[in-house]
Amino acid sequence: MRASFVSSEVGAGLRRNLTMTFAVVITVAVSLALFGVSLLVRAQVTTMQDFWYDKVEVSIFLCARGSDAPSCASGAVTAAQRDQIRADLESLRPLVEEVYYESKTEAFERFREQFANSPIVENVTEEALPESFRVKLADPTQYDVVASAFAGRPGIEQVNDQRKVLDQFFRLLNGLQAIALLIAIVMLVVTVLLIVNTMRVAAFSRRRETGIMRLVGASNFYIQLPFLLEAAVAAALGAGLAIISLVAVKSFVIDGVLAPSFQFTAFVGWDAVLAIAPILLLTGIALASLAAFFTLRKYLRV
Amino acid sequence: MILFDHVSKTYPSQNRPALDDVSLEIEKGEFVFLVGPSGSGKSTFLRLVLREEHPNSGTVWVLGKDLNRLSNWKIPTLRRQIGTVFQDFRLLPNKSVFENVAFALEVIGKPRSHIRKVVPEVLEVVGLEDKMERRPDELSGGEQQRVAIARAFVNRPMLLIADEPTGNLDPNTSIGIMKLLDRINRLGTTVIMSTHDSQIVDQMRRRVIELETGHVVRDQSRGVYGYAR
Ligand SMILES: Nc1ncnc2c1ncn2[C@@H]1O[C@H](COP(=O)(O)OP(=O)(O)OP(=O)(O)O)[C@@H](O)[C@H]1O
Ligand SMILES: [Mg+2]
Repeated sequence: MRASFVSSEVGAGLRRNLTMTFAVVITVAVSLALFGVSLLVRAQVTTMQDFWYDKVEVSIFLCARGSDAPSCASGAVTAAQRDQIRADLESLRPLVEEVYYESKTEAFERFREQFANSPIVENVTEEALPESFRVKLADPTQYDVVASAFAGRPGIEQVNDQRKVLDQFFRLLNGLQAIALLIAIVMLVVTVLLIVNTMRVAAFSRRRETGIMRLVGASNFYIQLPFLLEAAVAAALGAGLAIISLVAVKSFVIDGVLAPSFQFTAFVGWDAVLAIAPILLLTGIALASLAAFFTLRKYLRV
Repeated sequence: MILFDHVSKTYPSQNRPALDDVSLEIEKGEFVFLVGPSGSGKSTFLRLVLREEHPNSGTVWVLGKDLNRLSNWKIPTLRRQIGTVFQDFRLLPNKSVFENVAFALEVIGKPRSHIRKVVPEVLEVVGLEDKMERRPDELSGGEQQRVAIARAFVNRPMLLIADEPTGNLDPNTSIGIMKLLDRINRLGTTVIMSTHDSQIVDQMRRRVIELETGHVVRDQSRGVYGYAR
């Protein structure tokens, strides 16, 4: 195998059909970029889940005077009820990791902090805010265990899972990711079809060379290698562009716009981009080589 | 060297066989003319030897190999031992004479030093040593065919197959090409050549195999083009 001969053939082949090469590079770039973005969104969902599931709590709001829930019919929670609830929560360890009691005063403090610049504060009194238990679960998905044990119990107004709200948001993100993935797959199919067609044209336009190669006894591998490498090089270029656009999304969209505006949450780090880049490169090269290989098997027979 | 054992070949979509129950043997070192009217099966015979086509029945033996049992990946090895020349030269128009011959060696992975040594040698055999840098369109038809012969012979093949090599050439040029093929034959290479050129066949007085509608109708050891009986 003469490397210099093969590489000069590959270069000549790519230049000979510049418009086709360009089309392949662009479609590979666009489809892989979309694929990369969908992988990035998935990584983002995971990052946020890790970040938030760690912080979410189950809130058990206790009855205040004037609560209209049926379980509060007998008025505000009594000290005995409160102690019983705390004891029951403690008995649920290790599922329950932490139990924190928030009194009316603390709730009011927190409320004032959160809405420091808002006129609402003036209309809310300490009495209007419920006292609560904040419960942290070792496994946030086991929320139902807590809910079924406490919801509707006398003295408890409401059991609230913050995770439910988050999950709605994650479902939205996952939906977006699925759509991006679907479009990426359709684009990848289009890319494969384009590569198949490009290879067919390339094999046809070089049938003189390949015909002579067959006659003088060049091996199939040697005849097909320049075509395969051409497809792989074009795909690698496209994957390179896709990776560059992914880096751009990370540094301009995520780090530049999203992260400063939404400081309360975590965003994917460069490690995610680093993990996705080789996947894009391999997917591109593998797809192009396979498409080319199966096309050539048909058009460059011995 | 070559053995056809009851070989028949019918192309798909064709109702008449191109070769019909052909049995013959060609020995090492022979020079064989394949003659017969157009469509009699000469090119088909040669394509079977190169295993560009499969017979429908019968066995083709080439260089000690049963081609029916030769696996696909061994075909290149077979073809490296067979030189081929065609009526239409089949040169690469954008490569020089030297590069055209070198191409045949490059694609079978020969080292550059070997190529630089043997290409000028074989171009000298065909008498083109002073035209190595020309491109095919700067050569006459006869010279182009010499390049093709140089390319076919550069590996010193056991067997040279020529399908109407003089079909596009005038009589004088054809004689030059025939002298070259004769010389190659004398260097030990078996030559099988199909032709419509009666003058050449009559002059050379070599073995003549005549085909007609796929049948061997004549096989003479020192024959002429037409019937000499
Ligand atoms: N690829 C093919 N597909 C179908 N039929 C073919 C094919 N090649 C040849 N034939 C048919 O097979 C028969 C023999 O053809 P072949 O080319 O062997 O003849 P030939 O003796 O070489 O003729 P010529 O002197 O014109 O070159 C003809 O009837 C031809 O039409
Ligand atoms: Mg013919």
